Amino acid sequence: MKELRIDERIYRKMGSYPSEERLKKGPVAIIECVEDIPCNPCETVCPRKAIKVGFPITNVPELNEEKCTGCGKCIAICPGLAIFVLNYNFNENLASLTIPYEFLPLPQVDEKIKCLDRNGNYVCKGEIVKLVPPEKNNRTCLITFSFPRKYYNVIRSFKK
Amino acid sequence: MKKDYRIYDHPVLGKISERKKIYIYLNKRKLVAYEGETIAATLYANGIRVLRKTEKLGEPRGVFCAIGRCTDCVMVVDGIPNVRTCITPVKNGMKIEFQHGLGKWKKKNW
Amino acid sequence: MEEKELVIIGGGPAGLCAAIEARKKGIEVLLIDENLRPGGQLFKQIHRFFGSQEHMAGVRGITIGEKLLNSAIEYRTEIWLNSIAYGIFKDRIIGIVRDGKNVLVKAKAVIIATGAIENPLAFRGWTLPGVMGAGACQTMINIHRVLPGKKVLMIGSGNVGLIVSYQLLQAGADVKGVIEIMPQIGGYLVHAAKIKRYGVPVFLSSTIVEAEGKTEVEGATICPVDQSFKPLLKKKKTIDVDLICIAVGLSPLNEILYQAGCLFTYQPYLGGTVALHNENMETTVEGIFVAGDCSGVEEASTAMEEGKLAGISAVEKLKREKYDEEKQEIRKRLNDFRIGTFGEKRRIAKEQLVKEYYERIKN
Repeated sequence: MKELRIDERIYRKMGSYPSEERLKKGPVAIIECVEDIPCNPCETVCPRKAIKVGFPITNVPELNEEKCTGCGKCIAICPGLAIFVLNYNFNENLASLTIPYEFLPLPQVDEKIKCLDRNGNYVCKGEIVKLVPPEKNNRTCLITFSFPRKYYNVIRSFKK
Repeated sequence: MKKDYRIYDHPVLGKISERKKIYIYLNKRKLVAYEGETIAATLYANGIRVLRKTEKLGEPRGVFCAIGRCTDCVMVVDGIPNVRTCITPVKNGMKIEFQHGLGKWKKKNW
Repeated sequence: MEEKELVIIGGGPAGLCAAIEARKKGIEVLLIDENLRPGGQLFKQIHRFFGSQEHMAGVRGITIGEKLLNSAIEYRTEIWLNSIAYGIFKDRIIGIVRDGKNVLVKAKAVIIATGAIENPLAFRGWTLPGVMGAGACQTMINIHRVLPGKKVLMIGSGNVGLIVSYQLLQAGADVKGVIEIMPQIGGYLVHAAKIKRYGVPVFLSSTIVEAEGKTEVEGATICPVDQSFKPLLKKKKTIDVDLICIAVGLSPLNEILYQAGCLFTYQPYLGGTVALHNENMETTVEGIFVAGDCSGVEEASTAMEEGKLAGISAVEKLKREKYDEEKQEIRKRLNDFRIGTFGEKRRIAKEQLVKEYYERIKN
């Protein structure tokens, strides 16, 4: 049976996806939003005004990768849960990704997890690095987890 | 094995708030209910999804719309048939019976 | 018989917003709702809404529901719960069954904000317990805190199907798949992405053949369809599920408008048969206004704006005053939302509807 497949290429060609250079420099937001949905809280919440939607609000968000510091304020507010922060240089071998997480039970720091790609397929093992508790962001937990660097464009979620 | 389909903790809604535990009776079987639940919610929480049988073919029916519009969930409650269980709150000691077909009125004065 | 200035039938986002606007301008309002708690579908919407800051984007539906309810109460709106309006008669006399008793209320103006109902989908075995609407499932998990099943098949990949699938994951269920008869999903890609990344498959060009089970759902048989939507039964497969949710669209709940003598039109992008209304949300029957999903299935954000517009228009009629600027601001916000691939068609539909109102009212 024919399945919907989420292909990273549809995101990478948009202005909301940082360039290869910028991805490798340090923490940066990745906005995987490509349709003309009337929506702009990411623009409103960014303290550095690094995200532009403008008018009409159906415009796809554009990321100013120079201004973006990867602070992560946009992750929790996105109604589509479509924003992540990548830190390519978590250490010499590992990258880390911060994702919005709204499930129970919450994992623990240092817990080993299975990293998944956009289609829910297992990619590799990873480790939980940090949790910002749900109360801080209106019930959206922000979870940072690490994994081998080479999967930086592939991994977007995890399971226990 | 006792079935409990209640969602006690939820990532957005949090833990279920403290509610008073009460009991209702389904065809003489005692069931745990919580004040504020609807009859259908209590039954589904206990793993009971067949609520009645149809008039002509005796087919099983349960909740369909859950907002009191389709009447698929009707049962006999304290002697009165055709009660929409998906919107009727439970009361301590309530007597629920499976409805067969169009139901019979047991209470004379109501 | 009681007499009220403005009666609002339906206490969801449209009804509540209409009540608040009317109360702000000092009009006496009676809001009635058949449920035990007002808020309509808002208290099931545990996800964050889209839109802009003015539309309360990023805020969860449940929070918006609480805000509106508190506001309506703050403005001392008279609210009758567990009350169902069964008809609007001559001179805008409304028949209401309140807590089991018949009451007649004469209104100077009425706003109908009764919302919408889920569409059914008939297939072999669809009457088995364990087959229900996606919205019905959402009510059970988010309002009643009960899982109506643990292994789920979702039929329909519009926003309701995709969002409820995600909420089923949050409630602890295992969503075995979403099936969609078209070759592409109906809802937003972001909604599909957030369930795909947790392993939920979305099958395109697929349909349900049968719900299996003796007295309740024990499985489902699905199969692909060809380009003319004919099921390719040779390729069918059975999956292990105990809950099947139907998410194939909503239709306006407009029986009371029909009964009241309003004229109707057919607009597929608004959900089907809808009552004609003008740019002030007034129907072809003077003094009867509409707002929200019952006037065209859209979103909570548009329901709120239409509610405000209907509320202000009703006040204009009652007080013989004009609030053109306020109404224009609301219309602008409505248009800001009815844009893009998803909203443009609805904007055109609404414009055609208003045009038809003026054509038909001449006769």
